[in-house]
Amino acid sequence: MDYRATATGREVMRRLCFLLALFLLITESHARGSGDLGIVIERANGSVQVIETSTNTSLGRIDGLGDLSHASAVYSRDSRYAYVFGRDGGLTKVDILSMKIDKRVIQAGNSIGGAISQDGRLVAVSNYEPGGVKIFDAGTLELVADIPAVYGNDKQLSKVIGLVDAPGHKFIFSLWDAGEIWVADLSSPSKPVIRKFKDIGRNPYDALITPDGRYYIAGLFGEDGMALLDLWKLDAGVKRILNNYGKGEQKLPVYKMPHLEGWAIAGNFAFVPAIGRHEVLVIDTTSWKEAGRIKVHGQPVFVMARPDGRNIWVNFAVPDNDTLQVIDTQTLNIVKTLKPGKGVLHMEFEPRGEEVWASVRDEDRLAVFDTETFEQVSSIAAEKPSGIFLTYRAHRTGL
Amino acid sequence: MKRMPFIASFLLASASHLAMADISTERQSELIYLLKQDCGSCHGMTLKGGLGPALLPETLNGKPKELLVTTILEGRTGTAMPPWKTMLTQDEAEWITVQLQQGVK
Repeated sequence: MDYRATATGREVMRRLCFLLALFLLITESHARGSGDLGIVIERANGSVQVIETSTNTSLGRIDGLGDLSHASAVYSRDSRYAYVFGRDGGLTKVDILSMKIDKRVIQAGNSIGGAISQDGRLVAVSNYEPGGVKIFDAGTLELVADIPAVYGNDKQLSKVIGLVDAPGHKFIFSLWDAGEIWVADLSSPSKPVIRKFKDIGRNPYDALITPDGRYYIAGLFGEDGMALLDLWKLDAGVKRILNNYGKGEQKLPVYKMPHLEGWAIAGNFAFVPAIGRHEVLVIDTTSWKEAGRIKVHGQPVFVMARPDGRNIWVNFAVPDNDTLQVIDTQTLNIVKTLKPGKGVLHMEFEPRGEEVWASVRDEDRLAVFDTETFEQVSSIAAEKPSGIFLTYRAHRTGL
Repeated sequence: MKRMPFIASFLLASASHLAMADISTERQSELIYLLKQDCGSCHGMTLKGGLGPALLPETLNGKPKELLVTTILEGRTGTAMPPWKTMLTQDEAEWITVQLQQGVK
């Protein structure tokens, strides 16, 4: 027996060691966190880009998500998967680490948005056609429950908007055609228990939930004011707030429905877009009364607070959608007006707020701004970008 | 290709709409862009409908052209449809109506 390694044996060993090292190197480089990642919707192409906020770069593109002309996304609680809700009723589960579509279903004809449950096990989608909410298993995307938004004596189906998750295994949403808010308890996922609040006001167009998960507020398109539901006191019902807003004034045309995503809040003040008017409304959240109005450049679409609440950033409807304005929440003055280019559709703050990403649709790019100096720090190519969704949303109620 | 329905509607239109054939190619592509991107925010980018109704030939062809033009320019009271007359001329609204009834690619 010769125990000395032969030349061939040494060569084999050397090659094996090399391959092992290479393997470790590859797996090591693929093991990364997702806390600095996000996706950008490319609305015209049905694609998303995975972006990275540590160095402000794009990591790649994922195609094949269908019609994303109005799309939004939520994240699994491990913030590895993005659930993308497309206009065509497509629900796509995207693995942002391997940059592949994990699963995809067409669950309706026309849909508007979605939410993920408190425990991360259920994904809900709100649909225009057929009007209602469908609930899916977050792992398999199998249908768990179907909640048609039936209303009135004729059993019509209403378009559903403003779908959010809430503590206590709940999803809450509003019925555009019916003027109702529904609270669905999914403690038993396949047997949702629905509590309906009727006559909340005409045409709720969007809604939000406060970050603590206590208040659900729907904006009304068909009349003045907003509908407020205290989820800690459901028996008290829906209360109308800001009822005097706009009273006696001529209604103004609205060129794009405002969004109420997120909650622009600073101290006791909340900031919301005024409908049709070139104003941001300030609400005192201790009394839910109007505390002021701030004149802005156009009809506000998104009114979003920097995570520390010091500033509010606002974008606008066409024809003023080339502009962003920044409001100081201490003085309620506009401290900066930016002109990133035509078609500024959405903004997303980095988790601790030092930078903000904006999609500039008509220039096919994303612009990243320093939120202290207002200087543009990065510009990244993207095709007709709209919504930007970073992974910190995985751990926020209502996002 | 797109000239034919254009001429047809031109002949049907009254004399006051003589200028409608004068929409430049550049403006035409701007109008299509506005239609897909901005009308699309309510009606869907592919015009299959959203919060607003679908704007496909099969949903529009039964409706009088004047009604559609007026809806674009003046909006519809009691609905979310705003008047676009601050951004569009009468001729442009008519041109858009023709495109919608033909089907926008």
